[in-house]
Amino acid sequence: MKRAGFTTRWLPILLLLPQLVIIAVFFYWPAAHAVQSSFYLEDPFGFGSSFVGFDNYTHLAQSSEYARIAKFTLLFTILVTFFSLALALVLAVKADNVIRGAKTYRTLLMWVYAVAPPVAGFIGLLMLNQTWGPLAELAKSVGWDFKLGVNFADTAAAMVLVSVWKQVPVNFIFFLSGLQSIPKSVREAALIDAKSSFRRFWDVTFPLLAPTGFFLLVINITYALFDTFGVVDVLVKGEPGNNPMTLVYKVYVDGFRGNDIGGSSAQSVILMVLVLALTIFQFRLIERRIHYT
Amino acid sequence: MAQVSLNKIRKVYPNGFEAVKPISFDITDGEFVVLVGPSGCGKSTLLRMVAGLEDISEGALSIGDRNVNHVDPADRDIAMVFQNYALYPHMTVRKNIGYGLKNRKIAAHDIEAKVQAAAKMLNLTDYLDRKPSQLSGGQRQRVAMGRAVVRDPALFLFDEPLSNLDAKLRHQMRIEIKALQRRLGVTSIYVTHDQVEAMTMADRIIVLNNGQIEQIGTPAEIYHRPASTFVASFMGAPPMNLIAAQGHDGRIMVGDMALASNNIIGPVTMGIRPEDVEIGPDCEIPFTVDIVEELGAHRLLHGQVDGQDFTIHVAKDVALSAGPIRMTIKPEAMILFDAQTGLAL
Amino acid sequence: MTETTHIPVAKRRLKWGRVLDHSILILGAQFMLVPLLMVLQTTTTTDLETIRNGPEFIIGDQLDDNFRAAMFTASGFSGENTGLRMLANSMILGIGFALGKIVIGMMAAYALVYFRLRFATFAFWLIFTTLLLPLEVRILPSYEIAQRLGLLNTYTGLILPLIASATATFFFRQFFRSVPEELVEAARIDGAGPVKFFIDILVPLSQTMIAAMFIIMFVFGWNQYLWPTMVTTDEGMYTLVRGIKQLTQDLEGTSIPEYGRANMLALIAILPPVLVVIIFQSWFVKGLTESDK
Repeated sequence: MKRAGFTTRWLPILLLLPQLVIIAVFFYWPAAHAVQSSFYLEDPFGFGSSFVGFDNYTHLAQSSEYARIAKFTLLFTILVTFFSLALALVLAVKADNVIRGAKTYRTLLMWVYAVAPPVAGFIGLLMLNQTWGPLAELAKSVGWDFKLGVNFADTAAAMVLVSVWKQVPVNFIFFLSGLQSIPKSVREAALIDAKSSFRRFWDVTFPLLAPTGFFLLVINITYALFDTFGVVDVLVKGEPGNNPMTLVYKVYVDGFRGNDIGGSSAQSVILMVLVLALTIFQFRLIERRIHYT
Repeated sequence: MAQVSLNKIRKVYPNGFEAVKPISFDITDGEFVVLVGPSGCGKSTLLRMVAGLEDISEGALSIGDRNVNHVDPADRDIAMVFQNYALYPHMTVRKNIGYGLKNRKIAAHDIEAKVQAAAKMLNLTDYLDRKPSQLSGGQRQRVAMGRAVVRDPALFLFDEPLSNLDAKLRHQMRIEIKALQRRLGVTSIYVTHDQVEAMTMADRIIVLNNGQIEQIGTPAEIYHRPASTFVASFMGAPPMNLIAAQGHDGRIMVGDMALASNNIIGPVTMGIRPEDVEIGPDCEIPFTVDIVEELGAHRLLHGQVDGQDFTIHVAKDVALSAGPIRMTIKPEAMILFDAQTGLAL
Repeated sequence: MTETTHIPVAKRRLKWGRVLDHSILILGAQFMLVPLLMVLQTTTTTDLETIRNGPEFIIGDQLDDNFRAAMFTASGFSGENTGLRMLANSMILGIGFALGKIVIGMMAAYALVYFRLRFATFAFWLIFTTLLLPLEVRILPSYEIAQRLGLLNTYTGLILPLIASATATFFFRQFFRSVPEELVEAARIDGAGPVKFFIDILVPLSQTMIAAMFIIMFVFGWNQYLWPTMVTTDEGMYTLVRGIKQLTQDLEGTSIPEYGRANMLALIAILPPVLVVIIFQSWFVKGLTESDK
């Protein structure tokens, strides 16, 4: 708050009202509703629901399918996060190095930010089209018979590839702006202190970029967990079958296709707890890490 | 034009911190009063209470015989110049100066006339259609002044208005502001932490420390008769020399030298301005020069008297190097302070 | 002699480093760009050609036909989801979402930063908790509530629940806090009340921020997939991104899939947000990197 804030009474309440009403109706109500219905079993034929305590949760804990999907989600998240961060970092460092064409490179490397995940998935479908997709043909030429939507590993690889393609730009933008905010004097000091550019990167640039990296780590994990829904949904063509899927996709499939409201809600609650933990982790990291000065 | 009266004004923040202890003083019509003190002494808080930007916890404030404790800042008939100028970055100079008048529902052609007059007074006529970002620091400062002048207020408030300027410009603006205030005859309160500004601009200086008044007086009084060791060391550059001394047998002793005669018994602090010292081979007090600081117009000798730091102001033609010399203190220039309370005796 | 041998060596070392930088950047740019070029190419040829040969290095003459097919023919049963209709819906979603977020966010942020409000801390936490849980984890109950409120297949139902998070509020709060204190003080002395200060000073001052926020929010709204998929079942309400799934299913079922039309629709779904991001690049980058910190 500002030192000399206005003291008018009704105006701030009026200003806050739209925001508060919207989040009450579309945030707190649904969130509370999810928690509540996770303790109920809904009759599949719509004849009311009955309280079942933690049954929905114990079911999930015992379900080998849920464990399998959780494991896949974990692997998927690690791969997507690692590759999109690593690729973006390399590209950002290079883009920060060059002078000629810097702006063109920046544009070429960031436009994909604006592509919707399902559209990215759609382009993935085309690229990996079994009869004529250029990427599928490339795979074939090295002896990899790529079968999207049929082979579990192939589909998973496609999901990772498309998700990374979609995520590199965000990381690139943040890394580049992080690099550009390193004071020129610090770089010049490093130039005097260390001869090898590799040393300079590891000893000076990389540590100064670490706060950006940690911030992006959480952003990327959140992205891999939730925002890839569109990629997954399009790549499996809306037919989960034996295809790989992520936890969020499972919430959708069980709740919408399977009408298992209770189970789906319990999964939602588990995801909520996961995101909360991630966010708290992020805040603590930011507190501890970001304040170099 | 108005006189301002503060009666036991006090500021306590919700967390219990007492930023301003009960303070009272009156400012006469047309007077230029400078509030000076180190950062955190409460001078800005006091000014902001006068402006109406902070609530007054206790006490009464009146501007021109009207109690304004609960009057909105816009209705106090004041104008304020801020440290960072607080110009509206998206408005032209003309709109910046005229914004307050516009809000008072003054007719457009009257506003324009007043803005033109203010701009002329401040040499801003050629810049009226520029935005603040297209102006130099000094010009921005003038726009901020113009915004104050155009309102034709009863009271000007200045909150460290020159601290963002470089030394040369600061010197120039100091003179301009003072001249403008003389010409308009508007009562002014000016807050600064710069003792040079306080000395050169004020009709009367109020030295604040820890939320209370240390001394009120004309610049000469403050400089030559400081009421406490705080004032002595805060005003003047280099500050007054303060050395520990002992009073007994009607004399004031520094080490085993008797520097003055007085009937005080026990420890005292002795204050001597650096320029109130003479040096010469026949003088009675030994002084060890450590460093000679060349300032062009004069020189400063930094050294020790009886093992205590001491500075002497000498003329530019006094050639000296480090080593022992002798000095004497003008007796009438010596001020004694209580060693415990720091108050002048 | 020594000089002539020295100079080329120095030159060469410098050059190789730069060549490497550029090579990596060009590879990265290709990784991002090639999929789009492939989509572009297939929109210029006939479907038969695409099926027979896959993407080629030629530009066909079918751009116009494919464009017409994409814009004016509808897939599905109702005949309402033509490309034009979906484009309009996407625009409404993107613009409506961005405007809604900005207006509501600015109002709430103004109330939080510039007023002395007794319950300000409570309101702050109430609002900023919404940053913790993405819509994806509370999707099912949100759907139920939208259904209960009769918001299915309405623009309100499409947009409002998406606004129920505080990103814009947070962003404007950060910005308002960085506005010098003295500005509101000067305005108060100049006789401006809270409404006047907001309209005369704060909003004009926020122009760049509003633009940056608009771009980010427009792209975000345009690219929504999961929520539109759930809340719009009426084909006349489909957005382009929502329609992608239907496109993939169309391609599956028929003997001669309409690649030209489908890829053109994907292109139309990609272009507006991408162009916005490219054209207003500097605002966009500023907004993105400053809002998330």
